[in-house]
Amino acid sequence: MSTDKILLDHGSGGKISHSLTTDIMLPVFNNPILSELDDGAIFDIEGKRFAFSTDTYTVDPIFFPGGNIGDLAINGTVNDIAMCGATPLYLSTGLIIEEGFLISDLKKIIKEMGIAAQKANIKVVTGDTKVVPKGAADKIFINTSGIGLIPKGINVAISNARPKDKILLSGSIADHGITVLTKREGMSFELSIKSDSAPLNHMVSRMFSASTDIHVLRDPTRGGVGTALNEIAEKSKIGIRIFESKIPVKDEVTGACELLGFDPLYLANEGKLIAFVAPDQTEDVLAAIKKDEFGKDACIIGEVIADSPGRVVMETKIGGTRIVDMLTGEQLPRIC
Amino acid sequence: MAIKHLEEYRDSEVSRQLAERIKKISKQDIRLMEVCGTHTVSIFRSGIRSILPDTISLISGPGCPVCVTAQREIDAFIELSRLDDVIITTFGDLMRVPGTRSSLQKERADGRDIRIVYSTFDALEIARKNPEKKVVFLGVGFETTAPTIAASILSVKQMNLDNFFVYSAHKLVPPALDALMSTDDTKIDGFILPGHVSIVIGTNAYQAFFDKYNIPCVVAGFEPTDLLQAISMLVYQIEANAPKLENGYPRAVTFDGNRKAQKIMHEVFKTVDAPWRGIGTILKSGLNIRNEFASFDAREMFEFEVPDSKDPKGCACGEILTGVKIPPQCPLYKSVCTPVDPVGPCMVSSEGTCAAYYRYHRDYENRGV
Repeated sequence: MSTDKILLDHGSGGKISHSLTTDIMLPVFNNPILSELDDGAIFDIEGKRFAFSTDTYTVDPIFFPGGNIGDLAINGTVNDIAMCGATPLYLSTGLIIEEGFLISDLKKIIKEMGIAAQKANIKVVTGDTKVVPKGAADKIFINTSGIGLIPKGINVAISNARPKDKILLSGSIADHGITVLTKREGMSFELSIKSDSAPLNHMVSRMFSASTDIHVLRDPTRGGVGTALNEIAEKSKIGIRIFESKIPVKDEVTGACELLGFDPLYLANEGKLIAFVAPDQTEDVLAAIKKDEFGKDACIIGEVIADSPGRVVMETKIGGTRIVDMLTGEQLPRIC
Repeated sequence: MAIKHLEEYRDSEVSRQLAERIKKISKQDIRLMEVCGTHTVSIFRSGIRSILPDTISLISGPGCPVCVTAQREIDAFIELSRLDDVIITTFGDLMRVPGTRSSLQKERADGRDIRIVYSTFDALEIARKNPEKKVVFLGVGFETTAPTIAASILSVKQMNLDNFFVYSAHKLVPPALDALMSTDDTKIDGFILPGHVSIVIGTNAYQAFFDKYNIPCVVAGFEPTDLLQAISMLVYQIEANAPKLENGYPRAVTFDGNRKAQKIMHEVFKTVDAPWRGIGTILKSGLNIRNEFASFDAREMFEFEVPDSKDPKGCACGEILTGVKIPPQCPLYKSVCTPVDPVGPCMVSSEGTCAAYYRYHRDYENRGV
């Protein structure tokens, strides 16, 4: 039973969103830069390479432990640009605000955006604000777009993973996803977990100072680590093996996932990156990530394997193996 | 919130030893059925099949509540959502299940007020905040969820709310086991019995079933070592030709179960004959709301017509739920029926056998037949 309407699943970041991009957007805007489907577009202007990216933020609730929709909007686009190997420079912001929204809340959001921009060392240079009638939008939506410069000698792309690469993860997974899910209306348990919303551009420049033999960078946001690894496996036509016991998940996140029936592999992160690095450079890059304030728990979670291209396999804690597939739609809480 | 003790039950060394023991004692080719959907998911997620010897096939049973809900009931949920001033509250898994013509997810996209809740008490809260609306909770599930839903009805009575209703499509596990065993096509050598359900009903609730069929039965927990332990107990029973009803989850399950939960459940619900997808009507296998609580019963309080319901054409969910087939043996599996565009409920629910096969199992597709 296919659908003629947009469902929430279409925005989940998983397979169903993917089909929206490939079936509806790509054929119309068809061009080689877009068809890379990377976190941002990469192109040359007068001998220099740029990364350009855009993202729209609709998070609910707009304020959550560890951040709000404002700093998320700055960090998210900064990170998308950084994942292209670029140094983020300038950002735009577009606000869509629902009539009746509190000005004091807007001030709080903008203030956090300012702090985030300063931390990431980027400038917000242009913007736009629209107000829509009550009910036409939910409180506030924010779009940010940004541009960054890619230094010479850096070549990262989702299609660039190579056999024997080691896979690095910069810290614990699913913190943002669990924080937001457990703060939604209808959920009433308290956790001390905070969103991991953070800029990753400084971490990325440390990594490139340690080695330029970094092949893929990805921030596993919507759809989580599971979906990001699948996209890389598919685009790079390589197989991936990860080890469940190596993937850091905070105890509280594990507990909440157990209760709600979520798989942390598919929950969003907003301040973590995955890097595919040449095997002989792994330790240097890992050390560089660990020096960054947001990378202290970084570790090696797996490697690129020769067989089963396009597939992600996980060695489980008990020594079994299983497939890690892409997320299909919205993850839903379990029933019993 | 930390559930630290769980790590003990995911220990790789203990698991390895259990797997070794199973390999050593397992001689005959056997088919074990895990009845519970949460077991199915745990088996796949921890990769248990990949460390078991080839002699053991694990078959998934009718333990995914969404999957066994009859098509007519899914269609009834959809019709209910179309009524004026109704807010439907439901566990998330039901959203995507295709009815004959629509799904709750599509109805929501069409503007019906359908909300995912995490417990019936969240649904109660919605009723309290929206006195001008009628809030209907879709009650699907087994003995695990039924007591909390019964408790919510008792609370509503105390709170004097007149806008909260339950559509009960609850099912009971022991009668389904009986129905499975009395089907000619069923080839099962032992049962991994559900953990959560057994916490409520106790091992005693399976005694009559065990006495009738004399088939190996072990209640299991949900962690990898729990499941391996239960499998080793079953293999031992089968190889020794000494069937027993055993409790492999004694840290949570008792002989009598949770009597308070049972009392609440029976206070509110009566046992009725109920339709199961793929199995048909099973005597005394469902729970409907008792007449004393009829004012909370959506079946009684709303007038709506359910047009002719049809099971999806070609879908083998029924045979998959009874362990007669495994998903790769369904002609629709992966060709027409995928999690993105599911035909049957077993591909929708996170605990559905087809969804679990699709997600985790492509390397070993032919095992378990």
